[in-house]
Amino acid sequence: MSIQVSPANLEFSKPVSSAAQARAAYLTKLLHLAQSTVAETSELQALRDHAALRVQEQTFPSTRDEEWRFTDLSDLLAVELAAAERSAVTPDAIARFVLPDTARLVFVNGFYAPELSDLGTFPARLTVGNLSSASDQQLQTYLGQQSGAEEVFTALNTAGLSDAGFVFAAKNLVVDRPIHLLFVSTASQPVLIQPRCLVVAEPNSSLTVIEDHISLGESVYFTNSVAEIWLADNAQITHTRIQRDSQSAFHIGKTAVSQARSSRYTCTAVSFGARLSRHNLNIYQTGEQTETALNGLTVLKGEQVGDTHSSIALSKPYGTSRQVHKCIIDDRAHGIFNGKVFVPKAAQLTDAGQLNRTLLLSPKARVDTKPQLEIVADNVKCTHGATVGQLETDELFYLQSRGIDASSARKLLVYAFAYEILSQIPLESLRQSLTSQL
Amino acid sequence: MITETSETILSVKDLTANVDNTPILKGMNLEIKAGEIHAIMGPNGSGKSTFSKVLAGHPDYEVTGGEVTYLGQNLLELDPEERARSGVFLAFQYPLEIPGVSNLDFLRVAYNSKRKHAGLEELDAFDFDDLVEQKLEIVKMDASFLNRSVNEGFSGGEKKRNEILQMAVLEPKLAILDETDSGLDIDALRIVANGVNQLSTPDNAMLIITHYQRLLEYIVPDYVHVMANGRIIRTGGKELALELEERGYDWVLEAEAVAS
Repeated sequence: MSIQVSPANLEFSKPVSSAAQARAAYLTKLLHLAQSTVAETSELQALRDHAALRVQEQTFPSTRDEEWRFTDLSDLLAVELAAAERSAVTPDAIARFVLPDTARLVFVNGFYAPELSDLGTFPARLTVGNLSSASDQQLQTYLGQQSGAEEVFTALNTAGLSDAGFVFAAKNLVVDRPIHLLFVSTASQPVLIQPRCLVVAEPNSSLTVIEDHISLGESVYFTNSVAEIWLADNAQITHTRIQRDSQSAFHIGKTAVSQARSSRYTCTAVSFGARLSRHNLNIYQTGEQTETALNGLTVLKGEQVGDTHSSIALSKPYGTSRQVHKCIIDDRAHGIFNGKVFVPKAAQLTDAGQLNRTLLLSPKARVDTKPQLEIVADNVKCTHGATVGQLETDELFYLQSRGIDASSARKLLVYAFAYEILSQIPLESLRQSLTSQL
Repeated sequence: MITETSETILSVKDLTANVDNTPILKGMNLEIKAGEIHAIMGPNGSGKSTFSKVLAGHPDYEVTGGEVTYLGQNLLELDPEERARSGVFLAFQYPLEIPGVSNLDFLRVAYNSKRKHAGLEELDAFDFDDLVEQKLEIVKMDASFLNRSVNEGFSGGEKKRNEILQMAVLEPKLAILDETDSGLDIDALRIVANGVNQLSTPDNAMLIITHYQRLLEYIVPDYVHVMANGRIIRTGGKELALELEERGYDWVLEAEAVAS
């Protein structure tokens, strides 16, 4: 974006630093890349134009922004990105990521890949597909309509939105079969990839969704993903989110969840990949007696940076939230956790619990953790805690004294630490493959 | 049956050890032969638990002098896992909880690491299940314990019984029980003691470290040692434990002070 400055106030304006100029130019470049991939005519144009304006009004974040204090995006600025392209991927290439007994929806570099998808047979009142399977009314009601849509990276995604994974369970429909949304990245040059999905559960319906970000190589790219999730009255969604991008990639992901009265939402987010990752997880409880359970596991090594920023906004009486976020950090890696919980005056008799536990495996490993509870209501129960520890000599000694060598003992203890989160993943095969990556 | 020709399992000579640069063991001497049950008693801070951890090889305990010979080899040269595979077993006062690792898997890994060390083939899951089933009876544990995570959510008594179950499976040559009786109700104590008695054979040896005489009503030791200030200051038969129960430790400590 350009800044018009009249000569009259030129001498009083603050000089724009070259770093700030570089960030502004980069954001402009990202916006152009995002817009370059969209289809020419589309009913989504108004939504995209609106989002593009939101992007233009903002700046690319720096560590001077409180929300990005510990997560430095400078390395991304040095990456010359191109627009994502469609890429032919063989079924063999993704075979090891295929989960048995699921319906599978595959996107490659953000583009729908029906030839890799396997939807199976579904009840008529369940819709699984890309945006072409959604009605105009569904799109108008839900797509891009979550709170927080104006946040710069979410708006960037929307500005380039031309397709998305779409899951819609009609009223009273209980779907037992998990739906696997597989977002594949494969790039021969650094590109901007913007995966998107929209998941809607109508009243009393129930869904299990696995959102899985994978890479077929170790290339550099920037994934900027958005998942919008809507739960109507008494609906239930079990959401597993796996981020296993390339170790050279950048990943910024948004999960925005709106929960109506008596709905139940569980998110188990596991992050292994990317040289720098950020998960923005925003929960909006909009009705009474809603339940939110957030389980998180971030595993970092080398020079990785892994950031989780969550916010839970309670708004009505009798809401509950339970959050356990764990970090396992090795080498010189850096973990960040910021957990906000808002309890306004109207949210009486609510119960919010938050725990962040970190295991540091090396003296150079680092974590910055910040619970942030803003409580206005006076008759509520809110707890939070943060622990940072290392593998204890006594624990290792116990295992060694049973004949287990020191290296296996270490692995076993790391596994035991992660188990509380990994055990929440509803699919045995996925649980096992993630465990083997520890 | 202990005879003069029984094999010497453990021989400790003038052992000294530090914790955080503070001397705790100040010249331990002890000889244990096959078939023997030894009890070490003593007031808090006398170095009993330190002695057990030094024998098992805890890295925080620094040996500063003396010798420990186990079945003819220098025990102090071995890593803790090598000691375990060679037949040294320490039942912990505070066993570790390991979420996500089933008791059965844990037992099998430990058992097979010992088999491998002895040059034997590892036991597969089926054969191992049979083996464990027999051992459960010794500690009166239900088979459902095997599928639970190691010690997670176990009561104090269940944890101690689980230690004895591990001991039963691993069939150690030298079993060291570190205050296994502390915090046990009488029923759990009987089960634990009964298990230990069943596991005692003419080929192995037991070293029982305890603060209370109560355990020794159920496990009858051949020797009772009193430890104070990092050394054994008196050794007797099982009647010494009774005397300690009645008169406390002061008289032994005073006698020791006079003698030196």
